[in-house]
Amino acid sequence: MNWLISLITPVGLASGAFIMVVAMTLLGALIAVAARNIFHNVLGLALCLIGVAGLFLYLNSPFVALMEILIYVGAICIAICFAIMLSAPMYLPLPPRHPLKILGALAGAGLVFAFLALLTKKTTWAAASVRSDDWSITTIGHYLLTDYVLIFEVISLLLVVAMLGAVVTARGGRGSS
Amino acid sequence: MESARMLVFNQLETYLYLALMLFAIGLYGVLARRNLIAVLISVELILNAASINFMAFNRFLAPTPAVGQVITLFIMAVAAAEAAIALSIIVAVYRKLRSVNIEQATELRG
Repeated sequence: MNWLISLITPVGLASGAFIMVVAMTLLGALIAVAARNIFHNVLGLALCLIGVAGLFLYLNSPFVALMEILIYVGAICIAICFAIMLSAPMYLPLPPRHPLKILGALAGAGLVFAFLALLTKKTTWAAASVRSDDWSITTIGHYLLTDYVLIFEVISLLLVVAMLGAVVTARGGRGSS
Repeated sequence: MESARMLVFNQLETYLYLALMLFAIGLYGVLARRNLIAVLISVELILNAASINFMAFNRFLAPTPAVGQVITLFIMAVAAAEAAIALSIIVAVYRKLRSVNIEQATELRG
């Protein structure tokens, strides 16, 4: 009973929601790589990305969380759905899995995981001595147009080039080629 | 105040390990999957792990907490460009080979 009462305090609710968000992220990621049906993969990716947006909320950045949902779930997942529709039909039989390759991939990913986990565990993280507490969107916009304006412009250029490249690559059929 | 610092969602390590798990899952996907679209999905997972790391360091360590958010926005923009290019290549590869299996795409093999 005590346990139940401690759950409805603000801190308890926040912890419960955090566990839910983490579960969503990991479950989505597992579905995104483990399911055989490619459409289930995309749905898992969307679940995982919504979980990541929740994590960003816990990291004090509601604007970035919103952008995550808008760009990743709203644009990238939909674009992947279109690519699935334009490529191999899903009723075709899937090629069999090679257990040896799966084991190799598991071992490779596991080794990297173990190494990085050890690295994370051994490091003592030191916070900056003076920390500003300015999280506002105004400051983000200010940075985008002062300190990081070059990167901002180059990324706009990159997006234009990527868009043109995507159109040219995927066009085919008509006119040339 | 001291107890608020011990909460699980107020600790840097929680987020680092979570991002690490996401990275490892994505890496496994890149290595094990043979469908090109599935490989792209795994790469998105890896990029998200990097984003979570940036945001966690931004929340707990960085001197100015707006910079990490700016960099995460940059990662998202680059990921969007990467996804557009990759998907158009996948559609072109499917048109050419009638398959999105990476083991079929061996035309450049020496």
